[in-house]
Amino acid sequence: MIISIASGKGGTGKTTVATNLAVSLEDDVQLLDCDVEEPNAQLFIQAAIEGVRTITTPVPKVDMDKCSLCGKCGEICQFKAIVVLRDIVLPFPELCHSCGGCVAVCPEKAITETGRELGVIEWGLRDGLEFVHGRLRVGEAMSPPLIRKVREFTRPEALTIIDAPPGTSCPVIASMKGADFVLLVTEPTPFGLHDLKLAVGAVKILGIPCGLVINRADMGDDKVWAYADKENITILMEIPFDRHIAEAYSRGEMLVEVIPEWRQRFKHLYHRVIPLVARKEQPR
Amino acid sequence: MKELVVISGKGGTGKTSLVAAFASLAQNKVLCDADVDAADLHLIMDPQIREQHDFESGHTAIIDLDTCTECGLCRELCQWNAISEAFVVDPIACEGCGVCYYFCPARAVEFPVNTCGKWFISATRFGPMAHASLGIAEENSGKLVSLIRQEGRKLAEQQNADLLLTDGPPGIGCPVIASIGGAAAVLIVAEPTVSGRHDMERVADLAAFFRVPAMVCVNKFDLNPDQAEAIEAFAGRKGIAVVSRIPFDPVFTKAMVEGKTVIEYDGHSEGARAVRALWEKVKERLGIS
Repeated sequence: MIISIASGKGGTGKTTVATNLAVSLEDDVQLLDCDVEEPNAQLFIQAAIEGVRTITTPVPKVDMDKCSLCGKCGEICQFKAIVVLRDIVLPFPELCHSCGGCVAVCPEKAITETGRELGVIEWGLRDGLEFVHGRLRVGEAMSPPLIRKVREFTRPEALTIIDAPPGTSCPVIASMKGADFVLLVTEPTPFGLHDLKLAVGAVKILGIPCGLVINRADMGDDKVWAYADKENITILMEIPFDRHIAEAYSRGEMLVEVIPEWRQRFKHLYHRVIPLVARKEQPR
Repeated sequence: MKELVVISGKGGTGKTSLVAAFASLAQNKVLCDADVDAADLHLIMDPQIREQHDFESGHTAIIDLDTCTECGLCRELCQWNAISEAFVVDPIACEGCGVCYYFCPARAVEFPVNTCGKWFISATRFGPMAHASLGIAEENSGKLVSLIRQEGRKLAEQQNADLLLTDGPPGIGCPVIASIGGAAAVLIVAEPTVSGRHDMERVADLAAFFRVPAMVCVNKFDLNPDQAEAIEAFAGRKGIAVVSRIPFDPVFTKAMVEGKTVIEYDGHSEGARAVRALWEKVKERLGIS
């Protein structure tokens, strides 16, 4: 089973929920940090890293000895990543989406593929917990292909917990698509609620059942409860604002370590998710 | 005209609350919300929309099943596994690369342009504002960020404004890269936590990579003064200006709930006073009055 933890708004507590949930369960669990732009889970999990792999994406390389300057590669590319000039073909690897179109279309077989570094994937263990994260190379624009590579570590027999990035666009979709359940983490503020509505919209487009965790539940206003009620979204957990919790978080300490009874609450949260997954509707 | 872009790396460190507060303080400026993916600045600015435009970008393939001969070439070539065995394109998986459209021997693939969001020019009680909303689950947020900044810049030039004040997105990927290029400076809002520090370091490296001058401000610094110091020490080593600190103050959340800036909500609060001091430093760095 795959549970993605998402939010819309950043800084609502996705990583707190993902990491504490992962360490509270005794099943075969893997935690995949798919917030590859700013991966934070390892700061709390501190897994012993066992492996590192550099991830590249294929980009074109042109052999000008074979090229006839026919212009077909420039014509097929939707991303302006290969430009045909009067006497040379210039690839712009940072714009390339790796669709393979230019390679397939070239009549002279003058285009081969080389790699552009997207970032690295690291994996390791913390007690029985399997941990994987991606780290996007600083300067690299495209995170979805790296996210998809992190997700290749998914073992179908395990419970896979995915820490998703904020927002509702392609990196978030890449982190939620194919999940059995999305746990949305919000805060009861106007910004939190506004972005939660966007996240719920994304989850609905993907046809995945979802539930809600309300963090800093005693700050802000009560509109998120009214919204959850109206939209029939189950509130699975509320975490109060507690300066003691916030300070522990700031030092990289996990909630379940600072206040051990939270371990039981995260287990309970998981047991409340299971029947919601079973009721899953067919994707449209 | 100078553009200041407020970014953070980590989400939820207080970018939008600070941009809103600056809007209360800055003279002769135009506002721009470049966090098109989860735009929130309008919740405080209450913009009166003057112009609305569709944002068209990219394409999605659609297969006409009446024309399709089911030869399977498109499925073979598609790098995104976006075409089902029944030759239906999953619009979410489709990258818009056009390879199926180009190669289909039966010409059964249509390739229309996507309308993936809207952008607006609005009036607010603090002056004009350029903002946008990307459709849910849409792509090309970087292109929309570039467009909205361009529109913000045009507005600022028309108005003879001194400042374009831009609320940036979280992260370090495509929308952030699109939001910082060519800016006079970025202000990095960091929170004094292990995550906040880690993320601030990455986004500071990004700003350096694209040669945009950076300043850093630690928000909620009193939650962990040691982390605040570590962030400022990092900034010092990287030649990033440490402008000032903002304390943790529930007044920021209270102001947001009321749809006000912290300056409007309670100008005498500790938070508001700290924001004023911060704005003086930022102005000085930017060289505006």
